[in-house]
This record gives sequence, C-alpha cells and structure tokens, in this order.
Amino acid sequence: MARSVGARDIDWTLLLIVLLICAVGVLQIYSATLGMKSHSAWWKQIFWVAGGLVLMWLVVPTDYHGFLHHVPLMYIVSTLALLLTFAIGQQAFGSQRWIPIPHTGIKMQVSEFVKLVIILLVARYLTDLRRDELDVGEMLKLAGLVLVPAALVLAQPDIGTALTYIGVLAGGVFIAGLHWKYIAVAVFGVTLVLFVVLWTPLGSHFLKDYQKARLTSFLDPDEDPRGSGYQVRQSQTAIGSGGMFGKGVTKGTQAQLHFLPVPEKDFIFAAFAEEHGFVGVVVVLALYFVMIMRIVQNAQTAPERAGMYICMGVAALLLSHILINVGVVAGLMPVTGIPLPFMSAGGSNICTSFLALGLVNNVRLRRFVN
Amino acid sequence: MVRSFVVIVPPSERNPDPTIPEQPQLHDDTRFAVGKIAIFQYATVVVFLFLISGFWNLQVRNPEFYSERAEANRIKSRPLLAPRGRIIDRDGRVIVDNHPSNTLLLTRENFKPEDLRPIAQGLDLNLAYLQKQLVQKSRLPKYDALRLKDDMSPADLAFVYSHNGPKDVFPELDVIQSQSRLYPKEGMMAHVIGYTGEISEAELDDPAFAKYKPGDIIGKFGIERQYNDVLTGQDGQQRVEVDYKGVVQPHFTVEEKPAIPGKDLQLTIDLDLQAVAELAMDGKNGAVVAMDPRNGEILAMVSRPTFDPNQFTGRISTRAWSAINGNPDKPLMNRAIQAQFAPGSTFKPVVALAALETGTINEQYSVHCPGYVTLYGHTYHCWEKKGHGTLSLHNGIVHSCDTYFFTIGNKLGIDGMAQYADMVGFGHATGVDLPGEAVGGVPSPAQVLHTYHRKWYAGETPSVAIGQGDLKVTPIQLARAIGGIAMGGMWVRPHLVKDEKLTAKDVTSWPLDPVHVQDVVDGMFGVVNEGGTGVRGAIPGLEFCGKTGSAQLASVEVAKAAAAGHGQNLKDNAWFVGFAPRRAPEIVVVALFEHGEHGQFAATIVRDVVKAYFDKKTRIQTFLQQKSAVTNGVAALGTLGLPAAAAPLGSRN
Repeated sequence: MARSVGARDIDWTLLLIVLLICAVGVLQIYSATLGMKSHSAWWKQIFWVAGGLVLMWLVVPTDYHGFLHHVPLMYIVSTLALLLTFAIGQQAFGSQRWIPIPHTGIKMQVSEFVKLVIILLVARYLTDLRRDELDVGEMLKLAGLVLVPAALVLAQPDIGTALTYIGVLAGGVFIAGLHWKYIAVAVFGVTLVLFVVLWTPLGSHFLKDYQKARLTSFLDPDEDPRGSGYQVRQSQTAIGSGGMFGKGVTKGTQAQLHFLPVPEKDFIFAAFAEEHGFVGVVVVLALYFVMIMRIVQNAQTAPERAGMYICMGVAALLLSHILINVGVVAGLMPVTGIPLPFMSAGGSNICTSFLALGLVNNVRLRRFVN
Repeated sequence: MVRSFVVIVPPSERNPDPTIPEQPQLHDDTRFAVGKIAIFQYATVVVFLFLISGFWNLQVRNPEFYSERAEANRIKSRPLLAPRGRIIDRDGRVIVDNHPSNTLLLTRENFKPEDLRPIAQGLDLNLAYLQKQLVQKSRLPKYDALRLKDDMSPADLAFVYSHNGPKDVFPELDVIQSQSRLYPKEGMMAHVIGYTGEISEAELDDPAFAKYKPGDIIGKFGIERQYNDVLTGQDGQQRVEVDYKGVVQPHFTVEEKPAIPGKDLQLTIDLDLQAVAELAMDGKNGAVVAMDPRNGEILAMVSRPTFDPNQFTGRISTRAWSAINGNPDKPLMNRAIQAQFAPGSTFKPVVALAALETGTINEQYSVHCPGYVTLYGHTYHCWEKKGHGTLSLHNGIVHSCDTYFFTIGNKLGIDGMAQYADMVGFGHATGVDLPGEAVGGVPSPAQVLHTYHRKWYAGETPSVAIGQGDLKVTPIQLARAIGGIAMGGMWVRPHLVKDEKLTAKDVTSWPLDPVHVQDVVDGMFGVVNEGGTGVRGAIPGLEFCGKTGSAQLASVEVAKAAAAGHGQNLKDNAWFVGFAPRRAPEIVVVALFEHGEHGQFAATIVRDVVKAYFDKKTRIQTFLQQKSAVTNGVAALGTLGLPAAAAPLGSRN
C-alpha cells in the first residue's frame, strides 16, 4: 500500500458507460411516466444517481480488505435486517421488501444492499480457502451461508433478487474451480426441481399460485391473455411494435397508455425498446456488455484473489440482473420482478449498483500494490 | 505482469494445519482463474446474444404482428347509435320523443366466453339466446359489438360498473350513451305508434330487414314498424384511443363516422282530437277512428284496452310480456283496423243507397212495421217490438226500422247488397298505412259457395240487410265507407302520415246520384236531430249526421264468452258512425264500443270527438280574426302621421 489512491486511477471508461446508461434510464423514466402520478421519478432518479456517485466515492478510499474483515458482522446485520422486513416491512406489488426510513419518506429495499454482503462473503470465503480447486464440502458450506439470506428474500417473496444471490454464488464457485462433474450434477438437479415444481402436484406445496401461474404463463403467454400472461404479453407487444427504429420518445403507446406494467421500473427496458426500436436495444445492450467486460477486466488485473472474487462477484451480479430483467421483458424467462441496474427507477438499486462499482474501483486502485 | 506467488496476508488468515502432510499447497495468486474468467466472458457473450436474439425475434422478424396487437390495445371501435326520428302530430307537437339512456355493448374484441354466464345472470338475460346471437354475429367483423341491453336500469348500471373499473372483471362490457324511445303515458295512441324492439330471428331472415344485424332495434308494430326505414337512422362508428382501463383519451379520436339520425315523421293525427277520443273510450273496450273523408287523413285512432309501449323499450321482461300477450282482452290488437264485427244497423245507409241506386225503391217507398215481417215462412223481428207503423225511407233510417230494411233488402237481393258493400270497401283492406289490417268479409252466394261449399239460402238475405250474419267490417272500413258516401261517392285511402302524396290509385269514385246521397244523408241527419236512435249525439248548432248500430255477437262468440264467465260479454256490440257537416263533410268518426249494448252509447263517443273538432276550428278562426284585427289596428296607427322612427312594427322598405 505504497501509493495513495487518486481520482486519476478510477475506471473512467466504466464510469462513463454507466453514466450513459443512467442517462438513457432517466430519459426513459421521463418518457414512460409522462402524465402519470409517478412522473417525478425522473428527477428523483437524477438525485439517486448523484447520491450513488457519492456513495461510490466513499467506498473507494478504504481498502477492500477492511470490508472483508467485517464480513461476519455484515452478514449477521443483513440477516437481522431481512428478518426486520417481515416485522415492519411494507408491502408493495404483492411482496414485502421495503423498510421505511423515518422522516425521509424513503423506503429502503434491504435485499438490494444484502447483494453486496453476499459478494463480499463469497469473496472472503473462497479467498480464505486458498486452493486452486474447490471441493464439494466447502462449496456446500458456502452455499449454506448464502442460502440463509436467499431463503429470507425468497420468502418475502422475491424470487428475482434471491436468484441474483445464487448468481453471485454460482459465479464465485465456478471461478473457485468446482469440478465439472458437480456442475453437471447441479444443472441436472435444478432441471429436476423445476420439472417437479411445474408438472407435478408436489409443486403446489412449494410455489404460490401466482408464481406457478407465472411459470406456466411463461411457457404459453397467450393461454390467459389478461391473467398471469398479461405482463409478458404486453411487454412483448411493446417491444415488438417498436420495430427496428422505435416509435420515438414519448410516443410509445403501450407505455403511455399504461398497457405496459410499471414502465419506469421492472419493465423499463420494454418501454425503451418500444420507443427506440431494435437499434436502441442493441446500443444499450452493447453498453451493458462493455460494462460487464470492463468489470471482468478489473478482475483480471486484480492483485490477488479477494479482489478478483469481488470484481467477478459484481460482474456475476450485474450479469444475472441483466439476464433476468431483459429476459423477462422479452418473454425469454418467467416473469419475476427485478430492476435493470442503472436504468430502472428506484433508489435502493441505484445505490447498490454504484456501491458495487465502488468495490470494483476499490480493487482497481490497488492493482499495483506489491 | 509479474504477480506470481505474491501473498497478501488477509486479516483473517488461518494458518495451514501443519499436522496434515498431504494438504495441498496454499495459493493466493489469481493465475488459476484465467481460464475460468475467459469462460465467464464467453458466457457473457452468449447471454447477450441470447437476449439480442429475443429482441431480433420480436422487433425485426415480427414487428407487424406486435404492432397490430398494440393497435388493438389502443384503438377501440364503438358504435354511435343513431336516434330514431321523432313522431309528431299534424300541428307539429311531439308524440314520440327520445330520451338519453345507456346502452350496454358486448365488445367482441376482448370477449371471454366464460364471462357470458355471469353476465347473463347479473343482467337477467337469456344465456342460450345470447350464445345464439354471438354465433350469428361471428360472421361480422370483430369490432362490431353486440347490443346487449338498451335503456339500462340503475341496477344494470350498478352491475356493470361494479364489475368493470380497475378490477376489470368483464372488460368486454361497454356502456355507451344512446337515445331511447319515450312514448306517451298510459298507452295513449299505443296501437297507432306501436313500439320498437330487438330484431327477432324470424325478422333477420326476412329480406325486408336484410340490412339489420342481430341485436339491432327495429319497429315491431304500428307506425314504428310501417315507417321503420324512415324513422331508423344510420348508426355511426367511432374509433377512439383508450388506455388500459378502457378510458377514452380526449383529443385522440382516431376516426369518426357520425350517426345519421332517423327522420322525423309527421302524422295526420290531431293530438287534441286524439285526447278527446282516448278520454271518451276510458274504461271501455273498442275503438275510435276519426278521419277527414276529403283526403283520407286519420285525425284520431284509439283502440282499447291498451298497453304501455314504454315497457317494450330495452328488452321486455318475460313476465310483462305474458301479462300483455296472455290477456284475454287482447290489448295488443289494434281494434280500429283489426276488430272484425258485424256492423249492425250502421250498414243500413249502404243498403238504402243500394236500393235507391239500383231503382229497387224510391225515397217514397213505404213499409208497414207491426214489429215483425214474415219472409220465406220465417218471422223476422224488428228491434222495436211494438212496431214503427208505416214509414218511408227517411224514417226507416231515422228509427233504424229493421222491418223496413228486411223488406227492401229482400227486394234488392243478396247480390245487390254484396255489390254495394263491395263498392264501399267492405271485404277489402282500406290500405291504411299500418301493418296487420284485417279485411272483414261480405257474405254472398259466391262467398258461401267458396267458403262453406253450399248454396245461399234466401232466408239469409234479410239478416244481411240489417248488418248481421256473416257481414264483418272493421271500424276503419266503416269510417271510409260512410265518409265516402257522404262525399257523394268518393272514397279516399285512409292514412296516417301527413305528407303522403295521394295518387289516383288511392281515390275510388263511383258516380252516385246526388239526390240518392242526399236522401241517405238526410236520413242520418234525422237519426241525430229528429228524435232518431242517435239523439244522444246531437250537437247544438252543428249539422251532425250519424247512424247507430247494435250488432249481435255471432253464436260462437257468445258461447266463448259464456264459457269464460263474462256475463257482460254477451251483450251486443255498440256502433256509431257520424259525420259533419251534412253537405260538405269534414270529419267522419266511427266508434265501436264492445258489449256496449246499444249504438246510442257509442254515439256520445263520436259526438265528443266531432264537437272537439269543430270547437277547435272555431277557436282557431276566432284567434285568426283577433290577430288580423290587431294587425289592422297597428297598421291603422301607422297612418296617423307618426314619425317614421316610431314605426318599428312596419317594414322600412
């Protein structure tokens, strides 16, 4: 730690890309909520992005090893906070995720911030093993640690966020070197569980009706056009009707006339695709792709394993977010509510995402430390 | 980059356990992960290609499909229902108006078949019939909504709104503004106006209704039916932009084809006379027809018992329908054009005219009435059992002496009577512009042969002469017949619509000897004014002529009434036909008072209507005189040399 950290050394390319995505997001929030009660979301989003940048800045100076040191404490606090949401949490969209912060009117989504703890937890655990191959016993212990908060989030219920935890875990375990045969077993197991849940009566014990309906409606969205398939159908209609070049800003009828559900949040990418077309979609997805690749590059240049795991955790987190969100709006995946990082309106996700960027930059700034 | 074997000691470092010798070497370098990070990168590429392929599929391969879907979400078609034309009386007063109401549509664009049952239950509609209608509609374009219910009640509205709204249980239900029929109260003129209703299956197959669709409203009865094409407007269509709740977006009407309202229809009916006739028939069964014999314009038409056509707007409930349809008094029958009864003594003027015209008798021809006459070995009784003594044609009509008419009818013969009955229009439709007119019947040897396959018995002839037997007329036939005689042999087709142009086809003329006409008319004048059977009809200061009639019921009807336990229904039907003035008639009125026993009870009905006609005429003349007096007075002021500026009433030019 011979060098002091300086603004010069943070990943400006990455930041520029992310700010571009944020700008697209703000524009789309503005357009999608035009004439709606939630129209104020666009300038609130600007505040959140500014706040996120500040948070990112705050995270950078402290050496990430300091964070890793406090993982056990963070883990306990996170678990307690998740339990707290059941006690005082606020219900919205059929799920109990938010804790109101007194005197601010802001609601905090605990499970968003827990993602960072999961990244740090996985990084610390795998680093501490210090082996080039992960044996299955250690893997199961780590999985057990991750599954406690994941189960709590799942019980809110919030499948999407829980899946991102699993995404981080899977990414970490893969990098740590789990033998391919266990990977094969895991893939087989997941397939089997899905099969049991979807096509046998046993499944109704584990899934709520709406969850099951979402899964089946994903397989055939037109089966019940105004029931559970409604969101996918409207989202696909919005995207498809956008065509190659889109309908133009504020001209997307699916979003403007509210056929598209929550067009400023979970379905913002469908609203964007409607107004900007395939060309716009490719541009934004390209930005996201470059963003992930920049983060991976930071992992490659990390000085040691902990930093590498942190960067890869962030990459896995963002990739699973993008895969799930964009996959859902395009009808490629069953509907599950999850924000699109840096685009969807909402403070918790923006803050978490910028904090994650802060971790990446934190690692980056210490790459030359010898 | 040389970073191999760089070990940073983490704060939570665990010392490797030296007691296990086979422990793998501990590392903290990142070299082992290079390959896996590369795999992660490839996986990322795959994920993005996967996502892009999804958008490619939606936006590049199938944009038309989804654009159509988006348009179908956004654009809703709803019919703009054209109001029916109003029906107004001869003075321009509104008889049938429209009132704003709500019509419930089933938009087939977002129809869920499983919703049909709860909708039918909630709105008290026939499920099987709805399903049938939807099948019929299935050939038409989807935007063509099915009209579920007109003139919705508050309960219907509450049902729809409680299931619509944000929850959107029945998104296929759409309430639109429409105009519903508002008919006069208490069944006034119900039979003339008729009513509207939803087109029936039978009517859908009828080529006359080819342009109508299931669920459309058409005229079912009366004027509403007869002039349905005039009164029916042309529905328009509106294509509007709606949001996800179906709320129409203002300023975003995509396309609008306005509705063309139906045309107003002016009737020849005079509401003042109609009201008088309605009142006069209050509590009675029967009919009144008042017409102008000069041009065939019907001034009033009443049929009793009546019904409330307002019950038929929207969709009539089964109970209300069976109450009306199952009533033994048949309130839906328009007795003015559909009741076929023996005319009784009101036929006598026709017989008298026939006897004079054929030269069978002259007006001096006298008959002695001892109260009966014996013909063909059978005794025919006069209604006056004491007998009328000796009377000529004039007094024969005045006192309605049956003996006199048995005698001259017999002299004239059945063929003569049948010929003249035919001439004045009995046995033929008058051609009035209402649906379902009955034609009645004139007995004759030919008719008997045709209908009963038997010969005419000579003994039947005298009964026909007093308007009994198989002779059957409708009130409107009688009005036209007597009016035509009073006009000196000109019969005009009765009609109800004001600006109908009469053609030669509508006027039947017969060269009658004016003296003979005068003889018959004078006889009818005597009926009312010379102590005849119609003295109750007399109107001071008016040359009002008429003829009573009391027609026995056919034996079949008597038996039917007896079986039904209607003691009163065994009584004779009372007729009266009257016209005025004597020489240049302006109005002829027929009243049929079922089971009224004697024609004199019908006479008062006719008197009231005729009196109302002339009272109104006098009022209007007086008013016009006063008005012209005022106008002349003002004009006279203008000549007093006042300054030009003070002459605003006059024209400056």
